[in-house]
Amino acid sequence: MELDPILLARIQFAFTVSFHIIFPSFTIGLAAFIATLLVRWQMTGRDHLYRLARFWTKIFAVSFAMGVVSGIVLSYQFGTNWSKFSDVTGNVIGPLIGYEVLTAFFLEASFLGVMLFGWDRVSTRLHVTAAILVAIGTSLSAFWILSANSWMHTPQGHEIKDGIAYPVDWMKIIFNPSFPYRFAHMFTAAYLTTSLVVAAVGARYLLTDKFHEEAKTMMRMGIGMVVLLAPLQLFIGDMHGLNTAEYQPVKVAAMEAHWDGTKPADLVLFAIPNEQEERNDFEIAIPNLASFIITHDTEGLFPGLKDFASEERPPVTPVFFAFRIMVGIGMILIGIGLIGALLWARGRLFESKWFIKPLSYSWSLGFIAILAGWWVTETGRQPWVVHGILKTADAISPVSAGAVLTSLILFVLVYTSVFSMGIYYINRLIEAGPKGAATDTKEGVASRPLSAAAEAAHEAIESKRSS
Amino acid sequence: MEDISYWLPLVWAGLLAAAVALYIVLDGFDLGLGILFPLAPAEERRDTMMNTVAPFWDGNETWLVLGGGGLFVAFPKAYAIIMPAIYIPLIVMLLALVFRGVAFEFRWVSKPKHAFWDLAFMGGSIVASFMQGVILGALLQGVNVKNGAFAGGTFDWLTPFALFCGVCVVIGYALLAATWLILKTEGDTAQWARSLATPLLMAMLLCLLVVSLWTPLSIPRIAERWFTMPNLLWLSPIPLLTTYAAYRCWHGLESITHRNDSDPFIWAVVLFMLAYIGLLISNVPFIIPPALTVWDVAGHPSAQIFSLVGAVIMLPVILGYTAFVYWTFRGKLKAGEGYH
Ligand code: HDD
Ligand code: HEM
Ligand code: HEM
Repeated sequence: MELDPILLARIQFAFTVSFHIIFPSFTIGLAAFIATLLVRWQMTGRDHLYRLARFWTKIFAVSFAMGVVSGIVLSYQFGTNWSKFSDVTGNVIGPLIGYEVLTAFFLEASFLGVMLFGWDRVSTRLHVTAAILVAIGTSLSAFWILSANSWMHTPQGHEIKDGIAYPVDWMKIIFNPSFPYRFAHMFTAAYLTTSLVVAAVGARYLLTDKFHEEAKTMMRMGIGMVVLLAPLQLFIGDMHGLNTAEYQPVKVAAMEAHWDGTKPADLVLFAIPNEQEERNDFEIAIPNLASFIITHDTEGLFPGLKDFASEERPPVTPVFFAFRIMVGIGMILIGIGLIGALLWARGRLFESKWFIKPLSYSWSLGFIAILAGWWVTETGRQPWVVHGILKTADAISPVSAGAVLTSLILFVLVYTSVFSMGIYYINRLIEAGPKGAATDTKEGVASRPLSAAAEAAHEAIESKRSS
Repeated sequence: MEDISYWLPLVWAGLLAAAVALYIVLDGFDLGLGILFPLAPAEERRDTMMNTVAPFWDGNETWLVLGGGGLFVAFPKAYAIIMPAIYIPLIVMLLALVFRGVAFEFRWVSKPKHAFWDLAFMGGSIVASFMQGVILGALLQGVNVKNGAFAGGTFDWLTPFALFCGVCVVIGYALLAATWLILKTEGDTAQWARSLATPLLMAMLLCLLVVSLWTPLSIPRIAERWFTMPNLLWLSPIPLLTTYAAYRCWHGLESITHRNDSDPFIWAVVLFMLAYIGLLISNVPFIIPPALTVWDVAGHPSAQIFSLVGAVIMLPVILGYTAFVYWTFRGKLKAGEGYH
């Protein structure tokens, strides 16, 4: 059998980048969560906030390390597997990644040291500042890399000479049409994912009757964020989709499995897209709803897949299903937020086992939605790697299929073993819980007499409130 | 315009060279600790060794990202040629870095069952260092380029010279790590590091000597650079300074009054830098010897200027807070003291 280096390189990139994004999805939000905990602790002096910050910092350290090492692999992969891509787009994409390194990576990597190891070494104020700087660093990193990625979907501000893209207007390149939507959507996704993990861990402690005070704070902070962010995400996602309909109509047609552009589109709830016969099998659909969502008119028309030559279409099935998974999870999250808010308003958030139990299992939903979303975006761009400029098939390095296959096998082996160990350790850290918690031992409280008094006062207020 | 496209690539080459130099020193002692791990079986000493770099390793490794990223930014064509040429050693190096990078955290959270992560840390460090040397050797030998693209085979890099360079880098990093431990630890561990550093220094000097003979003998272009007349005079300070640095490093190691524990480290770094400068001199202005110069592969001036603005503003800031973080965790680490 002849090995196809393009397919192998695509699988390799998809595999390594999908692994990588799992960690940023979590660390971007977690850095901000820890910084918030520390700021709140500094303002209120309540010790359980400090214990929570220390606890999540340990988990943060493990995830961050995995994010860093998987990211370094990626940054070199542009050259190893996609050297033609580097050659054609390097003048545009290169500087964006350069700015990411200069403004974000150094910031987060350097202050990470202070954040992780500064507990007893630097002043509280400096420590809190370090945590905030790390959180800023992760957001800046998302800013630049998403700008680079968005440019690949909606390129502008460049000119093509002899097949190479040259920059003309940097502002247009950085703020290309899909970038604001993609940045807002991904950033919200990261915060949403972290909030859900935090709430789920809180739920887990409540169920096993451990670390009550910490668990309640986690539930409140986690659910509070989901209540706000889940509906916001629907709104941003909708705008994002409208933008895509304008610039990459064939992607939207694939997302909706919409074949015939001469008729208004139904919202397909389920179907098996049949690419040979250009129609859907087993379709269940709500008439005209897709037209309404995308054109805001039930009789509105937008291009269908048949409007594009078959070699210009992305693979329909994965795009269609991944989109449904993402939006489905989005709806579930809105539901979790609503129910949580209702229970909270009635003062029953911590008692309703029927809600807490599924919540404790829901930590993975955000990650799945993020992966699904990226698969929609990236697979939906095919056959282009840079929309309208460079086809994926022309982007590859002059390396042998054997070398790509060998490295792919190595990546799969190393990543699955190393990262499953990492997830196992994170689970163990969660199992062990915050150190020095009130239900655990009292030592953490006693060592800081002043704040212990404040703590006691707060506890009194809390217990009044919840009774 | 003519002017700009002459000096911009030079400025960028200088910046990249500086980034790589910083990487070699910073991640050098960091990787070197893993190389010394097999010689330090006691758990407590390993804890101390790791703790001396725990707050810095991520920042250190970021210079590697800047090196690769910088090449992509300023010389996209060179990036597109070099990466496929060193495909296998590069990927092996990256995978090795995965193992040792996660070991910094995994080793602590898996205690007391951390034997595997000790192994991952040492294996990862040794393999990554060795591969860095191999990559260096492969680039020195030259890359097969046709029509502006890599035209060689998968295993072109695999030569005795490249393998020898790999060994040299492992030895060199181990030396940096031993002198770093003299600086950062006390008692037993410092004593032990001292006893290792002297033989490592000797081995390192031997490596330098062999490479300095091997390259001009096998690559005429380099012989010409060093051994023709005006150059010979201009360049003679390099070997002389190298000898002096080696002497100072050795002296720092032998002095019984341990008054100045930073001497061996500082002079080991100087030694490294001189060797590095020597390599640069051998190859300027080639970025992919002997095919392409920095001008042949330079990115578009607009891209280079845009990134240069960022670099000029950000690099001093980065150096500032890097120094700040090192200063925050300054001083010797007492046995048993840790941050975890
Ligand atoms: C939305 C955010 C996001 C996205 C889409 C990506 N990354 Fe990432 N990356 C991060 C957000 C991030 C992050 C939050 O900054 C890090 C730091 C630690 C972590 O867990 O993720 C990270 C780490 C990280 C590092 C290590 C930085 C260090 O040394 O500290 C590199 C080299 C990359 N990434 C490179 C890439 C490349 C080449 C990508 C695309 C193909 C990519 N990342 C996608
Ligand atoms: C981090 C989240 C991301 C995920 C999960 C993701 C996912 C994917 C997937 C699944 C593919 C394979 C598509 C296919 O071949 O069908 C792909 C391809 C690719 N992506 Fe992304 N991507 C992400 C971010 C990025 C970013 C930020 C960039 C660039 C700055 C990028 C650049 C590329 C390139 C160069 C390819 C290879 C060519 C191709 O197959 O289209 N990706 N990605
Ligand atoms: C609630 C309804 C949602 C809608 C209508 C929606 C809409 C969209 C659309 C249209 C895209 C593709 C854009 C393009 O490729 O041009 C997309 C991508 C994406 N979605 Fe969603 N989304 C929703 C929920 C979510 C949720 C809950 C998450 C994660 C927690 C998420 C994460 C992502 C990610 C990571 C991408 C890829 C990056 C990007 O293009 O922004 N989405 N979404």
